[in-house]
Parts: sequence; structure tokens; C-alpha cells
Amino acid sequence: MADTIFDKSRPNRRATAQRVDDDAVEGLLPRNQLRGSPPLLPEVSELQAVRHFTNLARKNFSIDTHFYPLGSCTMKYNPRGVHRAAMQDGFLKRHPLTPSSHSQGVLGCLYELQEILQDVTGTSEVCLAPMAGAQGELTGALMIKAYHADHNDDERDEIIVPTAAHGTNPATASMAGLIAKEVEVDSEGDVDLDSLKRVVGRKTAGVMLTNPSTCAVFERRIQAISDIVHDAGGLLYYDGANLNAILGRARPGDMQFDVLHLNLHKTFATPHGGGGPGAGPVGANERLAPYLPTPMVMKSDQGYQWLEQTERPKSIGRLSAFMGNVGILLRAYAYSLMLGGNGLCRVSEYATLNANYLMKRLSDAGFHPAYPDRRATHEFAISLRREAKETGVTAMDFAKRLLDYGFHAPTTYFPLLIPECF
Amino acid sequence: MPFIPHTHADTESMLTTLGIESINDLFDEIPADIQCDGLPDLRDGISEMAMQRHMSEKAHIDETGICFLGAGCYDHYIPAAVWDLTSRGEFLTAYTPYQAEASQGTLQLVYEFQTMLASLTAMDVANASVYDGASALAEAILMAVRINRKSKSRRVMVPSTLHPTYLATVESIVSHQGISVESLPAEDGVTPMLKAKLDNAVAVVLQQPNFFGLLEDADTLTEHAHAAGALVIGVVNPMTLALLKPPGEWGDNGADIVCGDGQPLGIPMASGGPSFGFLCTRMAHVRQLPGRIAGRTQDKDGNDGFVLTLQAREQHIRRAKATSNICTNQGLLVTAATIYMTLLGRQGLKEVATACVRNTHQLVDRLTTLPNIEKRFTGHYFHECVLDFPESTVELQQRMLKQGILAGHPMTGMFDEGDRAMLVCATEARTAQDIESYVQALADG
Repeated sequence: MADTIFDKSRPNRRATAQRVDDDAVEGLLPRNQLRGSPPLLPEVSELQAVRHFTNLARKNFSIDTHFYPLGSCTMKYNPRGVHRAAMQDGFLKRHPLTPSSHSQGVLGCLYELQEILQDVTGTSEVCLAPMAGAQGELTGALMIKAYHADHNDDERDEIIVPTAAHGTNPATASMAGLIAKEVEVDSEGDVDLDSLKRVVGRKTAGVMLTNPSTCAVFERRIQAISDIVHDAGGLLYYDGANLNAILGRARPGDMQFDVLHLNLHKTFATPHGGGGPGAGPVGANERLAPYLPTPMVMKSDQGYQWLEQTERPKSIGRLSAFMGNVGILLRAYAYSLMLGGNGLCRVSEYATLNANYLMKRLSDAGFHPAYPDRRATHEFAISLRREAKETGVTAMDFAKRLLDYGFHAPTTYFPLLIPECF
Repeated sequence: MPFIPHTHADTESMLTTLGIESINDLFDEIPADIQCDGLPDLRDGISEMAMQRHMSEKAHIDETGICFLGAGCYDHYIPAAVWDLTSRGEFLTAYTPYQAEASQGTLQLVYEFQTMLASLTAMDVANASVYDGASALAEAILMAVRINRKSKSRRVMVPSTLHPTYLATVESIVSHQGISVESLPAEDGVTPMLKAKLDNAVAVVLQQPNFFGLLEDADTLTEHAHAAGALVIGVVNPMTLALLKPPGEWGDNGADIVCGDGQPLGIPMASGGPSFGFLCTRMAHVRQLPGRIAGRTQDKDGNDGFVLTLQAREQHIRRAKATSNICTNQGLLVTAATIYMTLLGRQGLKEVATACVRNTHQLVDRLTTLPNIEKRFTGHYFHECVLDFPESTVELQQRMLKQGILAGHPMTGMFDEGDRAMLVCATEARTAQDIESYVQALADG
């Protein structure tokens, strides 16, 4: 039997770490609004709680304990110094509704992060509010929709995504009230231009692309794609999942993307936390910037201030009760200060070197890269179709066996179009 | 090279294996005219020490003083063990628990969290979190529309006593699916019975305590909504449920979906995020619940284990037909909240809630003895209260900040003469001395 915290609970046992000794609300609250029976929260001592959660922690793989050769999720070291920098009282105890006159510290950090991300992506404005990649995607889709509505172009209700796209792309399209249309990927991992030409038209709101793509190769015909989509009146959305591979090498803005998101918990080394939190800032070129969500940070003679809906009438609005995941934004800011422009460029260089080296070593050992004639980016896919066919040992079996050797399993069966891949 | 381990010899050896001269060769598939030459506009990197000095200076600027501000984010005491344990590398740097064998710690913790939240709200099931309370409400509304298909309606009734930025977030997110959000007016700061308004509504939202800190008549509102064929979505502060009737017990049958923000459960205010949103519902609706859910199961040898379950709701399986696009959630904050709830237990959380109620009542009693300061509303309040002051509360707040007191949330624009109203809050972390300091600062002008 798994020993849950409830199995360790005994009536009237307690920890006193947060003891107030105040147990009467007589007369302050109406009796008919009160709870009848207490909630089933555990009753344990502090040491029992500490042991229980320490032992649970020890059952996890983590970056601090294991190597994660995990494509599409950019698992890198999460610097301790950055964590400590964000865990200071001045940041932790700041109430979100403190007037900006008394928030110049955090607002200054956020403003500078906006500028850093603009430089990294080649966009004209960045909003830090989206709380994860998927919310960044939703933001982008809503901005594209708002742009077309603003131009009385109401027929555009289709978003084109490659068949290899991450599941969030089509799910985002649905959430934005748009219809996802798929475009084929060719045998070299690039978007099939003929297939793209067939699906674009007057109903095309835009296209969502990751570059390097989810096939782990650089989309070489990105300029042709951009021309086809723009000529049809659509817009280009860049999914920043793989930005870590091209820092200082190619900027999405220069590839003619109109709007994009970044995953700070990938490229900017903020911790994954066992599932989150992330942060998904969104950047846009001049055409789409007026539609960015609020709040953003602006700089004026009076110092840094929040830019709210009243100053951005075309904004798609608010995405959270306050200002998104500020604590994560501060970590990304501290990380970018430590690395600087030169350090960020090195990240892509060495991630790419490592991935190509591992692909070469695995090829030499007899495995089959999904795209053997292509460079790896910061990741690559291999297909275990032959192994599965000849021996019955599947990609999932390989993945689970790697766990036995202390390696986190690679992302398996994604993208789906590559058989038995990871 | 801050975190890159490669020595020059390592790099040379790897390039030799690859048969290339330079790392630059690896980028030769990027077309020349979109290549850029580094990031010259960014400054060069700095040492950890220099970064810490810079960040400490920034953090120090924002230290304001004693907090009487609530409005959706609260200054509670967080026991030391909560973030000591949460900051362990095995929680902090773990990936999403897709590989169950490598994630039993996180998965069991999420299962325990879900159990605690379901019990606090008196609902059947909880998910593993969404982003925050406001986006949780947007997801709850989308969920209600999917569940209540027989209603044929896409009108959602939202009381004007709801947190205003929750409403703004809901409008940004749900309006794109043809859902209309309509307002229920308030009387004396609470939502009165308006049976006619509920006709042909797919769902009714009810925040308890509401944005003004007041207790709504949740039982009666729930009964009326259900009688009109609408689902009830409760928006609650989980801390208050140690004392208040849980939404699962509102009226005869309880709320259908419950959501809220978990910040009061051991999460620092930290400028409002990261926190986490939670979502609970009835078992009958579990397949419409968005986000991850952990379940308890047995392996082939009969050993207990924990896994992500009912994944066919989620984007990585269902793609365009998923219940939501959410992927990354707020897992680490759920870790903190689970440890917080464990350390407090049922008695500790009740004591915190009680102290919040008593401190806020004490603050309000003291302030309203001063001339020209009055409660705006007459109803019972929990740990927040709207007071009318004899002056602009934006200016009052600035004046109090000079004396080291964050006096409350000015209600500018919320109602007539709202510029003189302020929402105040005193949690268990406020002492009698803190409250006297507030009174003194106000009296000193």
C-alpha cells in the first residue's frame, strides 16, 4: 500500500508551525453560513510532514538528479542563484495592487525584460502577462482574430497548423473559436508548400509554426511560407517552443512572423516545477502590437507604470487577475542578466553541438535518425520502426528501459508522423 | 561561460567526431538572408554576485510596510517548512509527470492535493491546477456550457459583486466561443434574488465571500439557479472554507463547479504570481474538467502507484477537441499548498481563518470609531470590508504609504463616490499593534 499523508494522520495530532490559538467567531459570522463538519485535512506533526514530503521528493526524477534527453521541452539547468534572486522579501512580499509609485523595483525589472525579449525575438513590443506557452498561443490567436475583425475581415476563421504540430496548437485554435486546418510535412521535415497553397485562402486567419519545427529540423522554406500566407491575407504566428536552438542566429521577427510567444521555462531556464509554473510572454511586430494583452509596463517621466486597457483600446484584454507569473519573469530576467547577449548565443551553439554529437553517436551505433540528411537542431528525432518490426521492442520499451539506467525517457511518439520515434 | 561544461578540448573532440571545422557549420541550413549576427544590442553577461547585487537593490526599493491590502491576494504567514521543502531540486526541477515511473513523488503529491481540495470544497474531484483564480473561472464557464447542453443557452450570469479583474479575464477568454456574460446587479453589496434574470441562463457564477468581503446568500441563490435550469459555479477563497459552508453543500444539491485561487494556501503574494487556480466538480462532470488529474492505481504486481488519468480530455491526445489548450500548469505552487495544508491541518487552517475574521472586525471597529469613517454595506463580512472615508482613498493611500502602511484597495470607479471607498483587510499576520499603527497614522494625518 502507498502510504499517503492521510494514512499518517491521527485525530487531534498537529504541527504548530502556524499556530494562532484563536478559535471563536461567535457573533461575527451567521450560524447558517458556517461549515458543519471539518475538512479532511491531515493531522500530523511537523516532522511527519517534513519526512513525508522529503521522501516523496526522493521518488522523482529531476534535472538536479538526472539527465533529461527530452525533445520539444528544453530541460536545462535552473540556476540556484536565479532562484535565490527572485525569493527575496522585497519581491515575495510585494502585493500586486501596490501603487506603481512604490513598485519601481519590480516594474523596472519587468520593463527591462520586455526590452531584452524584444531584442532576442526581433519584435517591436512584448507583453509579459501570459502564464504559460499555451496561454501565449491563445493570446496570439486572439490577437490575429482581433486584427482581422478590426479590418472588417470577418470570414477568416481558419488557423493552419502542420500535421506535426504540438497538441496545444489545434487546441488553442478551438479555444479561440477558430478552426484548425492541417498542412502536410514532406519527407525532409519541411512544410509541404503545395499542401500549404491548397489550404490557404480568404478564410485563412493565420498559420502557427514552430521553427525549428516539431520534427526537430530548421524550416528552410520559411520565407516562401511567409509570402504565401501574407499574400493570402493571413498572419504568421511563431510558437517559441524551440527558440533555444536559434538564439542570436535567426530571429522570428526577421523571419516575418507577426506575433509569437516564448516559453521562459524552456529557453530562459526557469524551473519546470513538476508541471509548472511557466511564463509565455508574447511579442508582436508593429502591425499586431496594438492588440497585445494588458497589463504591460511603460516608462515615462514619472518612472515605470502599468499600461492598462484604457491606454490600449485595441488590446484583447486581460488574461489573469493580476500580472501573470511575475516570480517567473524575475527569474528569466536574472538569468538573462547573467548570460547577457553573448551567453544567450552560446546556449544555442552548445545545445546544437550536443544534439548533433548525440545524433552522430547514435547513428554510428546503428540507430536511424528520422531525417538522416538534415542537421540536428538543439534536438533530433530517431525512428525505431525497424527495431520494433524486427524485434518487437517498441519506442516505449526503449524509453522505459532508459529510465532503468537513470535517464529520463525522451519524448516518445511525438511528432506522430514519425513512426516509433523519440 | 556561466553554465556550459565544455572545455576547449571537449568541443574540439566533438567537432572531430562530427567531421566539421566549427560550430557555425551546424547552422548552415538557416537561409543566409534571415541569419543574424548574435545579439549585439544586449549587454554582456555579469557574474552571479553582480546579478544578486542588482536584484537585491531592485527588491529593496519595493519594501513598503504593513499590508492591509487584500482584493484577491493576501498576506498570510507561511511556515518555514513549506518553501524549504518546495525548493528541493526534486520538486523544483522535475518535469511534467508524464513518465509515471520517474514521477511518483509529484503524482502522489498531486493526488493528495486533489483529495484535500475536494474535501475543502465538498466536491467529488479536483484537477491538478490551472493558471490562477481568474483563468480558472473562465475555464469553469467553458466547462459549464459544455456540461449544460440541454439548456441551449450561452448566457452566463455573473454578479456585479465578482472580483473585477476576474470578470475582465473571463470576458477576454470566453467571448470567442459565442458565450455572453451578463451582469446581476447588487443591492447593499450583495446579490439579491432575481428569478426573472436567471431564466434561460446556462450558468450562474457566485463568489463567496464576494469582492467586497461580504457573505452572499449562497443557499438561496443556488436553489434559484438550479430551479431555473442553470448550473452554479462557486468562486471561493479556500482558506475561508475552514469556517464557511463549502460550496458542495450550498442549497439542496450544492454547486456544480467550484474554482478559485490557491494563493492563501502558502503562496507568497509575489506581485500576484505565480499562484495557482483550482477547479473542482462532481464526478458526473469529470470528463469535462480541463487540465491534468492524478489517480491512484495498481501495477501488474499489485503495487500501489499514481498516474495521470483520464488523459483523453487533454490537448496532447485530443488536439482540437480537447477540453482546454492548457498544458503547463502551476505544479510547484500546488506542491507548496499541499505542504501548507498538511502543516496546518484542519485545526490550524480553522485558526487562521478565525484570526482573519477577528482581526478584520477589530480593524473595522477601530476605524469606524474615528470621525466620518463608515462601513459602506450592512451585511456580514469575512476578512475584508469596504469603508467610506472622508477623502479620496487614492490620496489617502499615498499618505499612509509615507508612514509605512499599505492601507487598502481604493475602489475608484466601482460605484458612485467610489473614489472615497476602500477595501481593507487584516489577516492573521496583523497584530493588535499593527492595527493601532493604522489608526494612529490615520489620526495623525
